[in-house]
Amino acid sequence: MELQTLTYIVVGLTFALYIGIAIWARAGSTGEFYVAGKGVHPVANGMATGADWMSAASFISMAGLIAFKGYDASVYLMGWTGGYVLLAMLLAPYLRKFGKFTVPEFIGDRYYSQTARMVAVICLIVASITYVIGQMKGIGVAFGRFLEWEYEYGLYTGMAIVFFYAVLGGMKGITYTQIAQYVVMIFAYTVPAVFISLHLTGNPLPQLGLGSTMADGSGTYMLEKMDQTLRDLGFAEYTAMKGTSFNMVLLTLSLMIGTAGLPHVIVRFFTVPRVRDARASAGWALVFIAILYTTAPAVGAMARLNLINTIQTGEIGAAEGNLAYAERPEWFSNWEKTGLLKFEDKNGDGRIQYYDDKNPEFAAKAESYGWQGNEMVKVDRDIMVLANPEIANLPNWVIALVAAGGLAAALSTAAGLLLAISSAISHDLIKGAINPKISEKNELMAGRISMAGAIIVAGYLGLHPPGFAAQVVALAFGLAASSLFPALMMGIFNKKMNDKGAVAGMLVGLSSTLIYIFIYKGWFFIPGTNNLANTPDNWLFGIQPESFGAIGALLNFITAYVVSKVTAAPPDHIQHLVEDIRVPRGAGGASSH
Amino acid sequence: MSGKDMSAYWKANVSLLIKLLIVWFIVSYGFGIILVEPLNAISLGGYPLGFWFAQQGSIYAFLILIFIYAKKMGELDREFDVHED
Repeated sequence: MELQTLTYIVVGLTFALYIGIAIWARAGSTGEFYVAGKGVHPVANGMATGADWMSAASFISMAGLIAFKGYDASVYLMGWTGGYVLLAMLLAPYLRKFGKFTVPEFIGDRYYSQTARMVAVICLIVASITYVIGQMKGIGVAFGRFLEWEYEYGLYTGMAIVFFYAVLGGMKGITYTQIAQYVVMIFAYTVPAVFISLHLTGNPLPQLGLGSTMADGSGTYMLEKMDQTLRDLGFAEYTAMKGTSFNMVLLTLSLMIGTAGLPHVIVRFFTVPRVRDARASAGWALVFIAILYTTAPAVGAMARLNLINTIQTGEIGAAEGNLAYAERPEWFSNWEKTGLLKFEDKNGDGRIQYYDDKNPEFAAKAESYGWQGNEMVKVDRDIMVLANPEIANLPNWVIALVAAGGLAAALSTAAGLLLAISSAISHDLIKGAINPKISEKNELMAGRISMAGAIIVAGYLGLHPPGFAAQVVALAFGLAASSLFPALMMGIFNKKMNDKGAVAGMLVGLSSTLIYIFIYKGWFFIPGTNNLANTPDNWLFGIQPESFGAIGALLNFITAYVVSKVTAAPPDHIQHLVEDIRVPRGAGGASSH
Repeated sequence: MSGKDMSAYWKANVSLLIKLLIVWFIVSYGFGIILVEPLNAISLGGYPLGFWFAQQGSIYAFLILIFIYAKKMGELDREFDVHED
């Protein structure tokens, strides 16, 4: 069957499934709308969390990031998984015991302060909106690449689907569609990976394949071969560290703390029935995430090796050692059309040379071969996942599946973020501040309207992405790490932490992180407004802006501690509240006050 | 539950999680980043060991840590009679 038709069928079937789930899992109460009635099994919640967490970036871009950064990309692998350890031990069980609906609500109650709640609402909305733009773009791009749709139409279709199940079902609808989306996504990711690992190393498990010998009978290990191949073409070695270990430690820490502090992840743990389910569910979430995250390094390395081997067919420097452009495989020309691959015949020999022309030593050698610069002028990192099935000659249904998987990854994360935003508006702003006497029925309606509004805003931002869209992921993690995580953790672990300490801490953490990022990347990311060039010599103590979230969190902790020492201790009933959330017994169903 | 029990339960929880977080730190920041170069001299199949910790091992360790925590806390909950249903 034609690939296009097959892709329509597979994507159409998954969409029909999501809509079917939406109709079955309608929300009838605010408890169901905000936290799925707190009746989600811990394993099911783990799966939903996996889909919630793994975004279009994890699915489409991460393997490519690893392919081109090699060892240095380990910060993302560790940073985006290690946060679950912090969640499981420091936040999830206690917040579940607290038993309310939103993250700002906990901050407001624990710090007996409307100001604290509103600061938390602002942090949540800024972090979630910046994050959701990327998902919206991911939906448009996925439709464009696989079905050759215009970006806008792809985006509208995605919005319509999310609208259907998120407005109708709230957290309940989102949870069950996320479970379905996880299955689609993980299947689409692992099937091509297994085939490629089998083909290159003879080992069907990509996690083991990356550590195995090549299947060509040479007895060379895959990673040795990779280092050798890259070295021969002037590239940096795959397994060697290119950055500094100081920045790697800080960035990993910022990503871990940021992960644990992101509200759309935290609220997933409000949906399980008991405190002990929250602990176990964090483990299950990481099981489901780890399946993709431990496969990604193999996909990245193997896809890059495949790409190089396709181009460098013979001895380096030999007249016929490079692939003739006219003989390029079909996938190569397919992806050229999308602009993700770009070739420029600099020396006019009709053959493709792919090497590191920024490496002076190798560039000199290349010149003696008659090479005049790297001719693969563009190799988009997303290609490592998107073109993988074609590079490995897999059947068309696998390619169709990758399209459905990319869409599932983007839709599931977008829905989780939109829910966090809309519950902050309907529950924290409308019920919490503007109209506390609102009836449950009206609050549910307000929730649905906020959700619809959030989808429209996110869609608008996806259509007109602000110039800083590429920078914002670092910002979302930095904000969550420096503002929300410390306030939540101290609320549980320090009984004496008071309202003034928490508010001061959040403001210091938030503003120091924002300012540090803006100084190097431009105020509000407007190009040219940065005070200092974003280069290592200018960084304070050599700290790169992306890594500052951990420092912001540290400043937050210190400020909060000092301020709480010199101001009045929290009232007795708050100290009792803290004692109460520390023990599991008594965690009931959802309560709205 | 008396105040004394409560603080003993909390102390046991905190001491458990500190131990587990030390392991969390060592496998990722220690083995995966700070000590990566010396560890790379050792190989685990075709993986240099430090590289393996950074891209595979630390993730497996995180998983094990969470399930150990969940299990041990379940036991503590029972011991101090604060478990649910």
